[in-house]
Formats: sequence, structure tokens, C-alpha cells
Amino acid sequence: MDTMAAIKQTFFQECEEQLAELESGLLTIEREEGDAETINAVFRAVHSIKGGAGAFGLDELVRFAHTFETTLDGMRSGKVETAPQIVRLMLRAADTLADLVRVSRDGGTVDAARVSQIGDELAQAGGAQPAPAAPVFEPIAMSGDQQTDDFGFAPVMISFDDLVGGTQADGGQNGFAISFKPKPELYAKANDAIRLLRELRRMGEAKIRCDFSEIPLLSELDPEGAYLSWHVRLSTSGGDAAVREVFEFVEFDCDLSIEAQGLGGTDASLAVEALLVEAGIKESAPAPAEIPALAPVPRQTSATPPQLAAVAPPTASQGAPAQGAQQPSATIRVDLDRVDRLIDLVGELVINQSMLAQRVMEAGIARLSDVAVGLDDLEHLTREIQDSVMAIRAQPVRPIFQRMSRVVREVADMTGKSVRLITDGENCEVDKTVIERLADPLTHMIRNAVDHGLEKPDDRVKAGKPEQGVVRMTAAHRSGRVVIEVADDGAGINRARVRDIAVRKELIDADAQLSDAEIDDLIFAPGFSTASTISDVSGRGVGMDVVRRSIQALGGRITISSRPGQGTTFTLSLPLTLAVLDGMVVTVAGQTLVVPLTAIVETLQPKAADIHSLGEKARVVAIRGSFIPLIDIGSELGYRDSEADPLQSVAVLVETENQSQSALLVDGIIGQQQVVIKSLETNYGQVFGVAAATILGDGRVAVILDIDAVVAGTGRDHANRKRNAA
Amino acid sequence: MSKVILTVDDSRTIREMLKAALMDAGMQVIQAEDGVHGLEMLESSSTPDVIITDINMPRMDGFGFIEAVRGNGKYRAIPILVLTTESVDDKKERARRAGASGWIVKPFDPAKLVSAINRVAA
Repeated sequence: MDTMAAIKQTFFQECEEQLAELESGLLTIEREEGDAETINAVFRAVHSIKGGAGAFGLDELVRFAHTFETTLDGMRSGKVETAPQIVRLMLRAADTLADLVRVSRDGGTVDAARVSQIGDELAQAGGAQPAPAAPVFEPIAMSGDQQTDDFGFAPVMISFDDLVGGTQADGGQNGFAISFKPKPELYAKANDAIRLLRELRRMGEAKIRCDFSEIPLLSELDPEGAYLSWHVRLSTSGGDAAVREVFEFVEFDCDLSIEAQGLGGTDASLAVEALLVEAGIKESAPAPAEIPALAPVPRQTSATPPQLAAVAPPTASQGAPAQGAQQPSATIRVDLDRVDRLIDLVGELVINQSMLAQRVMEAGIARLSDVAVGLDDLEHLTREIQDSVMAIRAQPVRPIFQRMSRVVREVADMTGKSVRLITDGENCEVDKTVIERLADPLTHMIRNAVDHGLEKPDDRVKAGKPEQGVVRMTAAHRSGRVVIEVADDGAGINRARVRDIAVRKELIDADAQLSDAEIDDLIFAPGFSTASTISDVSGRGVGMDVVRRSIQALGGRITISSRPGQGTTFTLSLPLTLAVLDGMVVTVAGQTLVVPLTAIVETLQPKAADIHSLGEKARVVAIRGSFIPLIDIGSELGYRDSEADPLQSVAVLVETENQSQSALLVDGIIGQQQVVIKSLETNYGQVFGVAAATILGDGRVAVILDIDAVVAGTGRDHANRKRNAA
Repeated sequence: MSKVILTVDDSRTIREMLKAALMDAGMQVIQAEDGVHGLEMLESSSTPDVIITDINMPRMDGFGFIEAVRGNGKYRAIPILVLTTESVDDKKERARRAGASGWIVKPFDPAKLVSAINRVAA
């Protein structure tokens, strides 16, 4: 069934949302910031999962969710207190629930022992008996069964069955004498005697007699009252249960008696009644068609008689089919391919627009002419379209942040540490692809923070810190990028040890002079691992070098800062989108290059007096009292052999992610422009100092500089040269 | 004349299942995500023949929703079926006290759902 498969997919999507809701709710409760509505929301999340799971026959999931829900219900009603250990149990239960959902979706197995153990703990916490072994959901057919009846009735029913069996042998059917007298409540709940009669008639042949002897005089008639009662003799192939099912919804809202009896007419009183029915009141089988006119009498004066209610829809619902088919929701789901195609097209539009601008300029059309002004408008529009299209792909980082709280819990459990994760800026929006590809690096960083960053509880107490460690994860927009920080309040990087390891692994010379920042940076070196034993937690063959590489592949950067005794902070800086950037177009040795605008602080024309040589080749420029390294892009990237003359060049002052400044020497500046990023790696390969390529307005390809790589590369060269000299 | 059914449930899964089952039975479906939304849909759409509502919902739960419908002269005669997860009696009792006409036990069988609707619908 296609529909069911599609709905099942919806179910799993919804599960993800509910699980996220569940977890964030529990975390709120853990912080003691929750209120009744938080608990309600948590309860609803589990309840929803259970409801959907039941529909797809996911029994194990249903069972666990049911136990969980029962305990949560206890919490909701105040029977179970929100003690810290209970909330922790709930969090573990939420993780287990997530596992069960995943297994239901992707297959595989869960740790059954763990599931049942947590189930038992939950049941215990809830003060309830453990989950029943049988599925919580009764077969659907139950709804008509006698579950509300006292068991004491059972023997009587058996004897009825015997009786019924006897008549059937005679070729007859089951006979029932049914009397019911609706109470006003029955009507107040929008049930109606006529519908019950209609149902009875559907079951077989019914002789219906209406008793309106109790109708008072009009002056005494309560419009909301109920005065009619009915006596029905039904012959049907259905059994007692089927008859009772008709009255299932109303059994407490009417006086009801259902008696099974043979149809042979051996009972004298029955025969008399039958006579009464047929002779006296003239209510035989065809009559019920007329009875409806009588039935609603007591209700005629009530606000909306059923007849009116039934008349209303035809006129109003002319336009309903379309309306009914629509989901009243402000969101739509769109295939990602379509969005990406749109983004591609917008990229082409941007290129086309800049080409057009260039042509217009070349044609010598005046800047204030209508054409030029119209072109400016087009440029604005193009940019707005682009921003809007990009916004379609943007998503908040919340889901991934929420996933991290589980990682923290698991690692904390495994390492015996007590950890609190504080998150901030979950609403920060980033491109969908960036978010997806962030999951692995972030998971690894979080594991590292708990496993390596935080000290053991004893050590923390000795250091005068609270026993519970804190990992803080924040996201924020900063100058066109999103910056994510993962900070722990642990011991900080043990630089002596890092250095020892780096020397032992021959990553650096034993006598290398390294600054603190450079030592910290060694953590990202390929093949570096500070854990002396590969623990179950962090060491999974992935080092921080892989983290750095995957971040760089996203056009992002990762930096580290650490203070002994106070902790370590990793900072990720990522582009908001992978599709466009604002750039400064410059020329170097006849080549056109693009410098990302976000990196540029200012541009200036160096004066001879400000240029100072440092050693053999290195030069610095004095800008407002500080010395900043000069980097000649032309020779650095191999466009020319000779060094450029700074006095004939323009210096572009750039700032890298680790806040250091450098001055890039270029021949000239063409202008500022929005460029569409075309990956070089997909079509060619990674080139040092080049982040990507783009197509300019005149149709030429220009490369986009990777500022950090260029600056870091020069720095390394200097260090090497220094080392070689020494 | 096909019946118009208003379903009120916060779970997208259940909403889609209800919609599929009801549309298969040739009914028209109006959907709302919680009690408040349900009341809005009542005002803005064609009057439904039957309302189906969940109990546990944000903003306004099923009990509140039923009370509001029953308290409104325009809509008080519309039969309301409650979706309950368990066939536990006190839940049915609560639904009944709140003014529901009947109930459907989740997970529901489409045939049972349709027959319950036909049983209460005019």
C-alpha cells in the first residue's frame, strides 16, 4: 500500500520531531525550569509515538512507549516527583525510545536486556507493574466486546447462547426485545435515538414501537428534555454483542434493556406484546421510516435540529472538496532537488546579470542612463532573489545540538564523569548541507571535550572546581558566517605532553620553537592522538585532523584556544551557504582573483617608510603602530618569480580566523562583487591557497583565495626557513 | 452528498491516516492540529457532519475542545468521536462526561472508523 508506506515515512519523521521535543523537554525539567506544560509536552511526545507505532504494529516500540508514558503520566499528575535521578532515568529512556524508533525504521536490533531493564526501572519509578507481556493494544474488534460488563453476567450469557442455539436449529434467527429510554444527556452529546433505531434496522427485521405517553403538555415541555422511549423486537443474525455494540456509545445515557428471546411466540406475554405492536399502535416494520419525524420532537426547539444541521452542508460545501483535501498548514514540503535546481539557476542568473552589467559598461552607456539605472534595479532584485532562495535551504542548528546532549550523556556514563551540556543559539540558521555534514565532526568534538577535556570528578574537586563539568556549545552569526563554539571547563591542553607526543611521532623537531598556539594546533596534525590508550569513546580511528578536514571541506575553519586549568575552546567558523560569497575582485600578475569580503579589514597603499624587512625575505608593514606581515600573493601562488614592489601595489589587510592580520599584496583592485562559488575539487582537484573558482561577468574563470591557507602557508614557510637556518 | 469530517489531532501521522481512511470512504476531510485550531476550522470551513478529536494535544486538549463545541449553539448538535489510545474505561468515561458522542480506539481499523462515523452521523 503506497499510502501506508508514505504515512509510515511521515510517522518516522514525526518521531524524530517528537524525540527532539521529548529530550529538550526533559532537559528543561532537569534544569528545573519546566512547568506543567513542559511535562505535558513531554507526555504528548511519547504518547504520539505510541499512537503512531500502534498503527503500524510496532509492538515493541508500543510496549516501551506505554511504560514510559505511564511513568510520565504519574509525573504529570504529581504521583511521581521530578527528582534528578528520575529525570536522568527518563533521559535514558528517551535514548532507548530513540533506539527503538531507529530499529523500527532501519532494521537491526536493540539491546533487549537494556530495553527491558530501563522498562522495569521506569515501571518501578512510576509505581506501576511492569509492562504487560501482551501488546498493550487490544485487537480492534474489542470495541464491541463486553469488557465493561461484570464478569458475573457471563454465565447468564452462556445460557442465552444455548437458548439461541436452540432456536437457530429450528431455522429461526436470534430474537431480541429491546427497550430503551434516552436521557437528555444522550441528546446533549449529539447522539440521537433515530440513529440507534436505524442501526438496529440494519441488523435485521425490527418492529419498533414508540412510547410517547410521557410527553407533557406543551406548556410544561422542556425543550432539552427527553420524553420518548422505544420498544424494539429485533430478529437478526447478529448476536447479543452486536446488539450491544449499537448502544455502545449511549449505554449510560439511556435506560436500556436487551433481552434475548426465541421467536417462536411460545411465550404468551410476548404474543400479547406482538399483538399490541401490530394492532394497537400499528408500528410494524415499515413504520420506522415515519418514526423519525416523531423521534426528534423533544429537540425541535433546541438550537440546531438535526434536519437543519443536515441541510447546512450542501450549500456550504460546494467548495469543500478542494478545501477538505488541503492540510491547513503554513508549510509545504518540496523535493530538495527542486530547490537545488532553483539555486543553480539563480547562480546562473547572478553570473548573467554581471555579464550584462559588464556589456553595458563596455558599450559606453552613461551611468545615469535609463539602461544603467534599470540594471542597478536588476542587480538588487537578483540579490534579493538569491537571499530568499538561500533561505529556503537554511535550517536551524537545533536538531544537531539536541543530538549532542545524548552524546554527552553516553560519554559521561562511560567515563564516569558528571557533565552538563549548555547550548545556546540553537535557532541559528545554516545551509542544510552544512548542518548535515556537521554532525560527525561535532559529535567527535563533543566526545573529546568530555573524554579528554574534562577531568575526573576527583581531580576536579582537588582543583577546587565543582564536581560536575560543563560543556558549552554555542552558535552565532558573525559577519556573514556562522560560528560554533565547543568549550569545556576542564584542565586545558597539557602542552608539555602534546609537545612530547609530537616529537615522539616526529611531527616536529625536538628543538623546534613553538608558541603555545602552535602547540595547541598540533592536535590537528594527522596521526596525532593524545589518548595513551585508545578508549572506547574518542578513539575510533578518527582524529582531530579528520575533523579539521571535514570542516575545511565545508569552506569552514576550526581553531583551538586553551587556558591551563580553565578549559579548551574549539571554534568552528562556517559559511552560511555553499553557493555564493561577496568578494573583492583583484588582479595579480595578470590574473584575476577573488578575495572573500568577510576576511578583508581594509585596503591601503603602503608607503616606503612603513615597509620593513625581516630576515631574508620576510617583510612587514607598519599600520597604526603594529607590524603586520606582508604576503606577496603573486610569488606565493607562483604567478611570478620576482617579489612585487610594495610601493606599486595595493595592500589588502585581511584577518584570519585566529584573529591574526596579514597584508596581501596585489596589483590592483577591480571592485566588489557577489560571486557564485563553483567547486574546483569536483572538476579538478584541491590547489593550495585556492578555496574555489567562479565565473566573472566577462565570462572568465577566476579563483577564490583561501586566505587562511595562504596566510598559514606563509607562516609555515617562515618557520621552516627559520628552522633550516638554525 | 458525501459527509464532511473534521479531524483534530496533533500527530501528523494520525492526521494522514485519518485522511487516507476517510477519503477512501468517499468522505470530505477538514483537518486541524489542536483544539484551538479545530475551533478556527469550524468557523472557517463548511460545518462538518462528524468531528473526530484526539485528547492529548497542545494549546487546547480534546476535553476543552469538546466542551467548547458543545457550548456553542451553532455546533452543539455535531456528533463528536474521541480517539483514545487505550480502551481503558475511565478514559471513555471522561470523554463521555466531556460530551463526546462516542469513541474510536487507536490504532483504528479503517472499516471500524467508518462504521463508527456512520453510526453517529445523521
